Amino acid sequence: MGFLKKSPWILHYDGSSCNGCDIEVLAALMPKYDVERFGIINTGNPKHADVFLITGSVNEQNIQVIKNIYNQMGEPKVVVAVGICACTGHFFAECYNIYGGVDKAIPVDVYVPGCAARPEVIIDAVIKGLAVLEEKQKNMKKNA
Amino acid sequence: MEIFSIILYIILAPVAGGIIAGADRIITARMQSRVGPPIMQPFYDVLKLFSKQNLVVNRFHVDYVLCFLIFTVISGGIFFGGGNLLLCIFALIVANVFLVLAAYCSNSPYTLIGAERELLQMLAAEPMLLLTAVALYNVTGTFDISDMLKTTHTPFLYIPGVFVALSYVLTIKLRKSPFDLSTSHHAHQELVKGLTTEMAGPSLGFFELAHWYETILLLGLIYLFFANMPIVGIIVALAIYFVEILIDNINARIKWELMLKSAWIVTLILGVGNLFVLYFLSL
Amino acid sequence: MDWATFLILFPLIPTVLLLFTKKNYEAQKWIVIISSILIIAGSIGLAIQQVGRGGDFYYINAHAVNGLVVFGDIIVALVFLYICRNLPYKKYWIPLLVVVQYGLVIFYDLTGRMPEMSRYIYIDNLTVIMGLVIAIVGCLIAIYAVGYMKKYHHHHHGIEDRSHQFISAIFLFFFAMFGIIFSNSVAWIYFFWEITTLCSFIMISYSRTEEAKNNAMRAVWMLLLGGLAFSFGIIYCADTLKSLDLQQILTMKKALVLVPILLFCFAGMNKAAQFPFGNWLLGAMVAPTPSSALLHSSTMVKAGVYLVIRCSPILQDTAAGAIVAIIGGVSFLAGAAIAISQRNSKKVLAYSTIANLGLIILCAGVGTPFTLSAALLLIIFHAVAKALMFISVGSVDNATYSQDIEDMYGMVSNMPMLAVVMVIGISGMFLAPFGMLISKMAVLEALATRSPLFPPIVIFGGSMMLFFWTKWMGHLIAVTNKVPPKLNKEIGIEWIGLAGLAILTIVTVIIYPLIGEWWVIPMYGQCPMFSENIELTIGIMIVMMILPPLSFLIHWKNLVYTEPYLSGVNLEDKTKFLSSLGTSKEWSFKNYYLEKYFSEGKLLKPTIIFTICLWVLMFFMENL
Repeated sequence: MGFLKKSPWILHYDGSSCNGCDIEVLAALMPKYDVERFGIINTGNPKHADVFLITGSVNEQNIQVIKNIYNQMGEPKVVVAVGICACTGHFFAECYNIYGGVDKAIPVDVYVPGCAARPEVIIDAVIKGLAVLEEKQKNMKKNA
Repeated sequence: MEIFSIILYIILAPVAGGIIAGADRIITARMQSRVGPPIMQPFYDVLKLFSKQNLVVNRFHVDYVLCFLIFTVISGGIFFGGGNLLLCIFALIVANVFLVLAAYCSNSPYTLIGAERELLQMLAAEPMLLLTAVALYNVTGTFDISDMLKTTHTPFLYIPGVFVALSYVLTIKLRKSPFDLSTSHHAHQELVKGLTTEMAGPSLGFFELAHWYETILLLGLIYLFFANMPIVGIIVALAIYFVEILIDNINARIKWELMLKSAWIVTLILGVGNLFVLYFLSL
Repeated sequence: MDWATFLILFPLIPTVLLLFTKKNYEAQKWIVIISSILIIAGSIGLAIQQVGRGGDFYYINAHAVNGLVVFGDIIVALVFLYICRNLPYKKYWIPLLVVVQYGLVIFYDLTGRMPEMSRYIYIDNLTVIMGLVIAIVGCLIAIYAVGYMKKYHHHHHGIEDRSHQFISAIFLFFFAMFGIIFSNSVAWIYFFWEITTLCSFIMISYSRTEEAKNNAMRAVWMLLLGGLAFSFGIIYCADTLKSLDLQQILTMKKALVLVPILLFCFAGMNKAAQFPFGNWLLGAMVAPTPSSALLHSSTMVKAGVYLVIRCSPILQDTAAGAIVAIIGGVSFLAGAAIAISQRNSKKVLAYSTIANLGLIILCAGVGTPFTLSAALLLIIFHAVAKALMFISVGSVDNATYSQDIEDMYGMVSNMPMLAVVMVIGISGMFLAPFGMLISKMAVLEALATRSPLFPPIVIFGGSMMLFFWTKWMGHLIAVTNKVPPKLNKEIGIEWIGLAGLAILTIVTVIIYPLIGEWWVIPMYGQCPMFSENIELTIGIMIVMMILPPLSFLIHWKNLVYTEPYLSGVNLEDKTKFLSSLGTSKEWSFKNYYLEKYFSEGKLLKPTIIFTICLWVLMFFMENL
């Protein structure tokens, strides 16, 4: 069943960041890159989404939010950390209120480095996430 | 009622509805100077949704959504089986009520507001749908769709006002901008996803499926205005859908007040006005 | 004939017996149950006897009975004057209303100006259906009242327990209602007519609070206006037409009888709480709920529409009939619209009653056989569903001490059975394939060929009904974890009424083709709703309606539970979220009431003025 691969719906969350990656994610959704070609849709709702796209690092305020949203996504799901802040915390890492990368809150499947990450790379990362998604679906079936 | 055409509707409507939805997305993309997804994309989406986990807020939620689907199919079945048009529209209303109840049942603020707005949309749109039935009755002398199809004259020529008013209200029923208050097919909105917010996986799949059935049914309603000219009817139905897409793309969402007022004014002036003209001409 | 006499006279026995059962709930219970069974059996016996038959007259040499009716008139008049004893000086016109109408009628009676007649009782299928509705729905409410009144006094401390009088008044009501529907003499109908007014006064003023007294007084004077019109009608009949025989009057020339018929219609629509007289019914909601249930469903208002339907052969195809229909239509629209803005469940029900009765009046005003058969269906289905709604609201009130619809949010979690009963009741009021919708569809089919004025009224009113019923239903079925602060779930004997009416709501839909075959078609001929195709489709939809309750019993296997989406700021407690200040806050949701457009303040006055104008116009037109 390869339909998951053909219709990955993403949910975009912006943590503690300079909003650079945020804008690049949106750029990917715009006509120039047009990710809808691949069936990718930006949903505003974890319950509909398959791919959780996070930009920015995790801090005291948003750690619970990220966990909540992650828990409200239906399996199979994939987390993509976009930009170096989401990967490690980058130059926010030393701040008093920052935990670090997204993996401090939830398990991350694909890391996208870059400051800011370019739209092409983001699309690439989502495509890469799809492989993980299929893997997870297979496991789900096996366990069921 | 013809069992054969009912079965045909049940099998073919989702296929046709899905293809129309796919074409809709491509045309929309072209209007926004994008390439857009493949035409089969809606099918991929729905099949994916059915393969996902069945995430629910409580165990009754899915049942209501399922009832929404079932009654939409019944409504379409009555229509394409040549049954009573009024009963068909009432069944569609029942389906809609189940959708609203599904939203209420989930006890989540976003869906609740979505439900309330869906009710407003029904309040705005239902009068015109029923009035269409009455208008078609006045022209063809019957509420039975099978007999309406046997008519020798074109209903459209007698009730053009009703036709325009119905097209206006169709935007509400098809959940297109500027009247997509309760939920929308596009990305973010201020209500997250309105009354579909709590639907996940299979239940969202049921919702999409029901929407395809509904789309075909509503286009069938447009077709009835050209009941004696099948080809023209189909072309006009598709043309109306294209116009809906165009309107969808050039309008932003409006507030409920404007929707309700404008829909009722259009219904009263074009719909009821047309009936009066017809009545006095036939006196 | 025997059945009719039994039905009229028998309710007097429990009426008297109950007066001697102060605070003796056990005795009340058994008297009510046994007499209810007998009354229901009587009405069914009458119905069976009448299957497939047309109208029958019964002749009685009623000189003695006539004397009794005159004597009764005098007593009722005196009671009315007694009621008015404490009124302030300014309201002298209320006793004046009594004096004028009774003075006229009794004067004519005593001076022998009333023409002689012999056909005192008339039974046809309309009577049969009314009888069934009054007996079955009314008696279920009476049984419910026994249990309800006990609890009512449990949490209304300051009120003296006179529940025996209250229940006794219910049976007096049955006496009057059966009298109205079986009598063929307008003088007799008038006698019973005023007794219903009296009964409603007793019920509305039950709690003896200032508000109750005021509302009861308002009901009395508004209803006395109807009585006044009725008495003028009688005098006109006696003087000009030389006949009090209603059936005979109906066969006379239209031009001749239009004036008295319009006077009767005025009385009927006044009793049916059509605008401009809607206010008395709205005020009646201060009474204990069983009386509201009774007034709104099987008795009182139904007496009003019964009279208008009786008169409708004369109204058909006249300008006056059209205006009657328009007044009904305006009441339908205004009632449905104002109900949208109401939060109090009893008020919503009251406005929806006005609206639905408006629809019946609309049908009667148009007066073709099709619309009349639709009106009959409306009477049946409305009585059952509305009674059910009222008594379940009463039980909710007893359980949670609130009539606010917002407080019913999540009822299915706290009182599942009661919530299910209410959902059945609401579905009965507006959802296909339940009763009211079948009838509304019949109305629409019947009206579609006629003037294009009426279908839009039905359609818009129906859509507004859809709005307020669905939002109420949604509140009931929301699944929450909240428990109201006070909750007294115990429901005793009321279940007979609740379950009985809930089952009736469903059963009447299933057997409606039979109702049509046995009673409606013999009377009005073929009705569009009784074609096989439609019956089949409705049958399919009913079967499908059984699906949701069934599917609730099935446990889906692979469900994964999660909490609702709250922008990711969910907390352990599902009713709360984390606010931006880091504190927990409760989220809440209230329905839309659209008060900007549909409030009482905005709509009530114009409606009343408009309908008064219509009435004035109508009488002027007839005099020209």
